[in-house]
Formats: sequence, C-alpha cells, structure tokens
Amino acid sequence: MLPRRTVAAFAAAGLLLPLSACGSGFDDSSQPATQQAGPATLKVMIAASGGAELKAMQDAAAAWGKDGSKAEVVSANDLPQQLSQGFAAGSPPDVFAVDATKFQGYADQMLPYGDGLSYSGDIYPTLRTTFTKDGKLYCAPKDFSTLALAVNTDDWAAAGLTDTDLPKTWDQLESVARKLTTGGRTGLVFNDTRDRVGAFLVQAGGWATDADQKQATADTPQNLQALTYVRDLLAAGVAKYPKQIGAGDSGEAFGQHKASMSIDGNWMVGGMKKDYPGVKYRVVALPAGPAGPGTLSFTQCWGIAAKSKFQEQAKQLVDSFMQPQQQLAFAEAFGVIPSRQSVRAQYEQKFPAQSAFVAGADHAHGPVTLTKMDPVLTDFDAQLQQLPGADPKRILQQLQQNTAAALGQ
Amino acid sequence: MGTLLTTPVAPGAAPPRGTRGRRPLRRDGRAGWLFLAPTLIVLGLFMVLPILMALWVSVSDWTGNGSPFSSRVHFVGGDNYAALLAEPGLTRQNFATSVRNNGYFVLFVVPLQTALALFLALLLNQRKLRGRQFFRTAFYFPTVTSSVAISVVFLFLFSSTGTVNAALKLFGVDGPSWFADPRGIFHLALGDPADPPAALAGHGFLGLSWWDWLAGPSVAMCSIIVLVVWTSTGGFMLMFYAALQNLPPSVDEAALIDGATSWQRFWRVTLPQLRPTLFLVLTLGLIGTWQVFDQVYVLSRGNPANTTLTPAYLSYSSSFIGHQWGQGAAIAFLLFLVIVAFTLVQRWALRERR
Repeated sequence: MLPRRTVAAFAAAGLLLPLSACGSGFDDSSQPATQQAGPATLKVMIAASGGAELKAMQDAAAAWGKDGSKAEVVSANDLPQQLSQGFAAGSPPDVFAVDATKFQGYADQMLPYGDGLSYSGDIYPTLRTTFTKDGKLYCAPKDFSTLALAVNTDDWAAAGLTDTDLPKTWDQLESVARKLTTGGRTGLVFNDTRDRVGAFLVQAGGWATDADQKQATADTPQNLQALTYVRDLLAAGVAKYPKQIGAGDSGEAFGQHKASMSIDGNWMVGGMKKDYPGVKYRVVALPAGPAGPGTLSFTQCWGIAAKSKFQEQAKQLVDSFMQPQQQLAFAEAFGVIPSRQSVRAQYEQKFPAQSAFVAGADHAHGPVTLTKMDPVLTDFDAQLQQLPGADPKRILQQLQQNTAAALGQ
Repeated sequence: MGTLLTTPVAPGAAPPRGTRGRRPLRRDGRAGWLFLAPTLIVLGLFMVLPILMALWVSVSDWTGNGSPFSSRVHFVGGDNYAALLAEPGLTRQNFATSVRNNGYFVLFVVPLQTALALFLALLLNQRKLRGRQFFRTAFYFPTVTSSVAISVVFLFLFSSTGTVNAALKLFGVDGPSWFADPRGIFHLALGDPADPPAALAGHGFLGLSWWDWLAGPSVAMCSIIVLVVWTSTGGFMLMFYAALQNLPPSVDEAALIDGATSWQRFWRVTLPQLRPTLFLVLTLGLIGTWQVFDQVYVLSRGNPANTTLTPAYLSYSSSFIGHQWGQGAAIAFLLFLVIVAFTLVQRWALRERR
C-alpha cells in the first residue's frame, strides 16, 4: 500500500512538473523584455540607511512623476536577498540600488546604460571604474563615501600638538598616535576589516587584485609592507581595534572618547552630531603611504533591470536623481557625497566639514566588485582580526591562494 | 484512509477472482483517489515539486536569473557537491566550518534543553508546588515569542557594554565582547595557545585542521546557544509535563511502597515511562538545532570569523548573496542527509532493548 502511494505521489509530481513548466512562471528569459512606451509605474528598490534617506528618495520620485508616470520607492530590509528573489522570479524592480561589492553578480541582469549618459564624463573616475565591466559602464553611481582621519582636537591640544603635526606620512601617524596614547585612551582606532585596513594596502601601492580583477595580487611586497605596518601599530598598543577597547565600532570608540583618532567614513559626521555632540574634532586626509596618498571609496549605483518593461522611463527617473540640485538635496538629507564632479565646489562650500572626505575622491580605490570574492574577503577579515598575533606573510599567502581560486586561475 | 472507504480491504489481501468482486473495489479505489487528489496536488505542488526543483538546481549551474529549466541552465553533475566535499578551497573550508559550528551547537543545545525541560517539567509536576499556573506560563513564555524579537533583545544583553557584562563586572569578571569574539571555548580553556600541537594543526579533514575542529563553540556561538536553550526549553517542557500528567500514579506509589528512594523512582520508574516523549523531544531538538537560521541571521550573519556560520545560513548566503544557487541547494541536501543520519543514530540509541 505505502510504496504504491509514494509512487502515485511522485507520478503526480512528475505530471505537474512539465505542466507547470509550460506555465508563465517558467518562461525562458533569454528574450529581451518588450518595451512599453507611455506612462509607467516604476518600482524602485533601495537599502535606505534610515528614514531620512527613504523620505528624500520618495520626495524625489514624486517630483519626477509626470504625464501619468510614477515611481514607488521602497526600502528593502535585505536588498541582496530581495533582489535575488526578484531576478529568480523574473519580476525584479525596474530601478534598484546596487552596492559596489555586489555589482558584478548582478551585471548580467542589468541594462548597461552608463555610457549613454550625457554626464558620464562628469562622474568621478574612481566611481566609473567601479561600475565598469568589460569596458562598459553599467549604471550611474548614486553617491559615495570615502575614508579620512578624524582627530579629537581637545586631545590634540592637550598632547601639545599643533596643526603642523597633522600626520602626512605613516611615520608621522605612528608618532602622533604614540603621543596621544595615554593610560585610558588609545591614539588611533579603526575597524578590523578590509574596509579600513585596505586603505593601508592602497597607500603602499597594493591591493588584492589587479585593476581588471582578473589576477590575484595579494602576496606582494607592497601589501606585506602595509600589513606589517598595521601589525606594528597594533602590537605597540598605539592603535587598537574597537573591540579591544570595549566599543562596537570605531565611531563609538571615538565618540565615547576611548580613542583620540579614528579612521572613518563621512557617515561619521552625522553620527557624531546625533550621538556625541559634545566631542570636538576635525577631519583630515589619511596620511600618505610609501606609494602616495590612498583611501577607499564606498558606493552604490542606480541599476536598471534588463527585464524592465519601462527602460526608457527608468533612465529618465535616474537622470532626475542624478541632476546636480537633486544630488545636493540628497547630500543634505542623508550625508552622502554627490557622484558628479561639477557639484563638488557647491558641496564643499555647503558642507566644509566634509572637504577631507571629498578630497579623498582623487585617489580613492573602489571595493572589489566580484560577488564570488565575498567569502574570500570575509576570510581575509577573519585573518585581519587575528592581528597583531598573526603573521602578515601567511595572511597574504592565504588571500592570494583564495583569490586565485575565486578568479579561476 | 482505509476507514473512509465503504469496503475496507486488508492490505496485502489477495483480491477475489472474477469481475463481480473486482468492480466495486476498483470503484472504491477511484473514489479514494478522488478524495486524495486535493491533498496530493497541494503536496505535490508545494512540497514534492519544489524539492525536486531544488534537487535539479543542486546539480545545475543556474545563476538565479529566470527559470532554472531554461535552455541556458546546464547539468553539471556532482560539481556543486564536489566543491563542498572534495575540492580543497575556501568553499569546502567554509562548509566544514559550518558543520563544525553546528555540530557543537547541537552537542550543547540538545542535551541542555532536554535536561532543563525535563527538570522544569518535574518541578511543575510536584503536587505541593504553589502558583503552578504562573510558572507554567513563565517557563513557556520565551517559546511563544518571536525568535527574531528575542534575538534582538539578546543583542542588547550581550553587547560589550550590555547587561550580561555589567552583571559579570559585579563579580569582578571582565566580560568578553560576546558577538565579536571568535575564539573557541575549548581553545580558551587551554589558554588559547599561539602554537598548537603540530600533530593536530598539521592534519585535518575537509580542509580544516583537527585543531580547528576541536576549537569548541566560539564565545559568540555560546551566546546563541544560551539564547536557543532559553527559548526552546519551554515548549519541550510542556511535552514532558503533559506526559508526566498522564503517568499512572499507581506505578509510582507501588515503587514507593517497595521502598524506592526518590532518585530510584525517577531513574527506574518515571524516566523509562517517558521514553516515547524523550524520543520525541530529542528528535525535534536534533532536527531543529541542525537547521538553526533565524538567530544567526539576526545576530551575527556568521561573524565573527565564520564561527557562527551554520549550514542553513551558508546555504542561504551562498544562494541569495553569493549567487551560487547550485551550491546553496547542494548544502541544503547535505544538511538533510546529516539530519537523517543523526535521527537514525538517535533512534538506534534509544531503541527498546529486550
């Protein structure tokens, strides 16, 4: 009885399989989506950093809506997951924010419209590089952030330091960190991941991969020099990871006055104003390394789904988001840096506290954009967390090996 | 189902020869199938079919774009499974790490939650206990609240400046940054040596050295263990409690008259009678703990240093974040095999010995 029933169940499923395959859910998606003209209802999905960003986006979308077209902006709780679901189901949002670190994983499903933008030359070169694959600019960079050095001015003065002491080189950074390190306070704090330590790699002239992200370049003398420098800072106790001083991240450590200097992104400006308004600080560029100045950029772009039925309308919407005045409005609403160079002067005038971050755009390195590098870099983070106890050479060898494997070398 | 039919037929009974006997049986069979059809269709559509689809995905190179049955998706055989089990590399290492983490999780959670649930049920079952209703609710409460909400509360409790560390400070203990500490507790017990014994560090299994296999749950994982034990115990307690209430008091009284101590009565009289419930609790516990996902997703996402990575979360992140759908599906099927294996072992261990 039982086997027969099981067989019947499988037979039923077997019958259903081809049946449902004929249904609309399983259509072959190799065909380009048929385009529709006229009024469109666009679905826009972002990962809003907070209510302010969502509201600013919704306002901008409402301002764009005309001739019966409208755009609904939603904030995803988990953008990668919700995008993946949309792509797998064949109904992705028309316009969506793509994080640079995930960009290449989505590239096949995106409309490469970037080269057709009239203002593509106005976008910061580093951002253009980040969202370029096989020579094509896929999407318009939404905005960006960079890293800089925040300095507690009270501590600075108390240690007898002046403006001339602001660190320009690694040696100077170590020396001021040493002077600022007192009994209860650490000189320098930064998060224990590639997104901070990576800046030192760039300053030494290194990086995990080559510019095209085709070759692993982790195990190099440049990278070794950078990691050795970081290890020595940590080993000397003049720099610490946040968790070593009982803080969740570097912003918290700096705000709670557990550290006198912090390497952080420009989101810290809003965070400090909100959570630690009493702390007096200034932001300066990161010191240069042996290979010159270097910082990291973090960015998202406006992806348009290759499957969208309203690609023209989507492009118009993105254009409206990319207008200089709109970019400034976004910057004001949630503290990001506009991605167009022509807005720079206005932006710096309006937000002088951000100038060190904007200056970083000239020599900022974008993140690795290959999705399959995610586990490799997570493993790299895990290794970095073991510093200063771990051997930099071994960390880089492991990164080299894993990167090479991920790149299919 | 047999009882629903107008003419029940004993399974395996030979059908009577001749058309007179067969026709009503066939008609009954048809009616049976008709009644079964809605269930079969629903089960087939929402359970069997997705499982078969996932099985196909696990042996394909689907990239998550459109249908997995389109002509652009190819059969890759056991490649996805091989990457997880055979080929040296980060994929295999991460899978092994997730299995190790979850193994320790099961090893700690299942005995703890079972023992605690039984203990609480025994307490509640005492006739002289006052306010039984209150305690029953109090113990059961964590189970009915959302695991996500509880996880968020634990995030605050176990933060580096949270309640747990504040409490530890009262005893002069400097608490760790719970969710940031990747060190295994067995390694910590040995003083976290920088140079592990070469015999353990030099050899390994699935790309992870024996030294790493023996690390024990990380400090971060320990807080998840505490969380899960706390939330799941109440439900299992209720099962034990229901079983205890159903035990005939006469057996216990007979043992009492025979002069058995309370320990002997528990160990030799009560516990053997609870064997079916114990089996149920252990089975549910084993299955549930091997599938732990919510807490990891909310609290740590595998961090720090992959020490809270579990196969269920790895399956999710490989698929949805890494776009390696085949690998994600393969992990899910390997996890299924692990659960089946453990359930069989447990069934064998708890079998009735005669």
